[in-house]
Amino acid sequence: MLDYTMVIVLIGASLLGILSGVIGVFILLRGQSLLGDAVAHAALPGIVLAFLVTESKNILVLLSGGAVSGAAGMLLMTLVTTHTRLKKDAAQGMVLSIFFGLGLILLTVVQKRPITHQSMLNKFLFGNISTILYQDLVCIGVITSIVLLFIIIFWKELVASVFDASYMQSVGFRQQSVSFLISILILITILIGLQAVGVILMSTLLIAPAVAARQWCDSMRSVVIVSGFFGALSSIMGVLLSNCMVGIPTGPMIVVVASGLVFFSIMTASFIAKRIKNFSVPPYTGVTQTNTHTQKNTHTQVRTQAYAQSRICFCYMSKKYIKQKDRA
Amino acid sequence: MILFQIYLLAVALLVACSSTLLGVFLVLRGVALMSDAISHALLPGIIIMFLLVRTFDSFSLLIGAAGAGLLTVISVEFLINVKNIKKDTAIGLIFPLFFAVGVILIHVFAHTIHIDTDMVLLGEIAFAPFNRLYIGAKDVGPYALWLLSFIMLVNSFFVWFCYKELKLTTFDPLGAKLLGFNPAFINYSIMFLTSITMVGAFDIVGSIVVVALTITPAATAYLLTDHLDHMISMSLLIAASSVITGYAWAFIVDISIAGAIATMSGLFFIIVLCVVPRKGLFARASTYLNIRRKSAFQLVFEHIKLHGSVDIVLLPSLFGWSPAFVNRLVVSSEGRNLFVRKGSTLFLHKQ
Repeated sequence: MLDYTMVIVLIGASLLGILSGVIGVFILLRGQSLLGDAVAHAALPGIVLAFLVTESKNILVLLSGGAVSGAAGMLLMTLVTTHTRLKKDAAQGMVLSIFFGLGLILLTVVQKRPITHQSMLNKFLFGNISTILYQDLVCIGVITSIVLLFIIIFWKELVASVFDASYMQSVGFRQQSVSFLISILILITILIGLQAVGVILMSTLLIAPAVAARQWCDSMRSVVIVSGFFGALSSIMGVLLSNCMVGIPTGPMIVVVASGLVFFSIMTASFIAKRIKNFSVPPYTGVTQTNTHTQKNTHTQVRTQAYAQSRICFCYMSKKYIKQKDRA
Repeated sequence: MILFQIYLLAVALLVACSSTLLGVFLVLRGVALMSDAISHALLPGIIIMFLLVRTFDSFSLLIGAAGAGLLTVISVEFLINVKNIKKDTAIGLIFPLFFAVGVILIHVFAHTIHIDTDMVLLGEIAFAPFNRLYIGAKDVGPYALWLLSFIMLVNSFFVWFCYKELKLTTFDPLGAKLLGFNPAFINYSIMFLTSITMVGAFDIVGSIVVVALTITPAATAYLLTDHLDHMISMSLLIAASSVITGYAWAFIVDISIAGAIATMSGLFFIIVLCVVPRKGLFARASTYLNIRRKSAFQLVFEHIKLHGSVDIVLLPSLFGWSPAFVNRLVVSSEGRNLFVRKGSTLFLHKQ
């Protein structure tokens, strides 16, 4: 059962699972759960156009085309939500369907060419991880490690921007560039995740592991780790199950497994976690333990808070000053 | 041939208008993506119903799909209300699951069903006139035309009959509840009608483009007006015009009709987004530039008032402006007769 192809598929699936699980936590916490859906649809015209222009089936060429149109879709969404009174869901729905319509037009153009690759549409609509080659695996591995490296390097900034963007800005970080970085990471993840589950089922691969992990743990670090684990688990289980049952595609199976994981977690996690917590929390002694490490931490926290307060004070004072000047 | 074209256009217009009519309320209630979710989640309902009754042109498919749509809505509401999960997260968890189950069902019963996922996702409007409705042995016209006219009738009757309730529950659900209305009932009716509309539309334009027809005209109209009744009529107008232009475009260039209609509606939206007065992007940009220039004039004016004169070369370093901006500022100030310029020095007018 575990021959060479199977090993490659399993490694690829688990890498994609880890990546989408980790990025999914950030998507979930930023409240953009359906972003994956919208961007995956928006990538379609870019992919088809890249194919029309270059006529190559190289995955990197196609995905870079998809990246351009996916980024255009993201940009249009931010433009609409920031400059009009339309809500996020309307913007996402519009971008999703209009870009897909554009993709349909381009596909009819492709079909009129003598060289037809009907399979290409199906590959990106439903994805098929079981057809990846060694070169694709290398590509996925490199991209996954780059994205994970970025997340480890900018961990502090990413977490701060997810939880309290305005505080972060007041402390002096560049909130907009960090937000831009997150968007780029999300875009990359969605694009390479398309190979596993395709356009329509992308949103589950991104948010299901994160939602499941969120039921089990509370700290950011553990949620990210558990979510990556859940992502890998559901991808591997999906691949194995679709391998056992003949004729069932991999993508939908992965989605079913991931959703099953979510519903299992939602139903049972709070109960089990409560039991574990009751068992493991030490009794409260009345004196909080302190050591040098925590003291240092609190010291920096106090310093940053004081700095933020001074900034806010300064802003307030300058406003007051301007007002006084106006009156004068 | 002409009759064939008229049938196609009529079917497309009916799809667009009946989905837009509900889309207005979906956009205003902030649940626009429920239409996307429902249109995808129909798949297992249709397939299970087909496996039970074994025919395609029957009302039972409609019932199966509407059932699947309602099940989607109920499970999303369950996740939101009982399990404290955010609305879009719940939608994003439920509808891919339904769709995946549908795809798996298709593959399991592949040899007994002649339905494939392309048909659901992409649809094909050109086949609509060939599927005829027979009463007895008499051919009374395309099946889709009758079905969609019925759906359009039901939708417009619902909006006309429940207009007051819809308005109240959309803008003030709490107030509606206090006054004795039932917002949940209205909500479920909208979702039920949305799923019926999606069933009528999915095999004609496909389950993704129908989302474009539901949301985009309504969103475009929302940018243009503040009145609900104006918004409804405007969105119907926009939907109809995007159908007609898209259809003409697809007919001339020979491309996917559904794709062309969706793209045209997107084009209308982008044009409106850019040029609409006061709220449009161009209007906002020009307001912003005006304010920036005015405050810059104010700064220069105050500076000259304090110091008597100012050198243009020093302006960039004084206020942190780019030299190009200072140049433009000086040129536009000359047209307005604000300052007197001698060489590179600015003075105030002596009046």
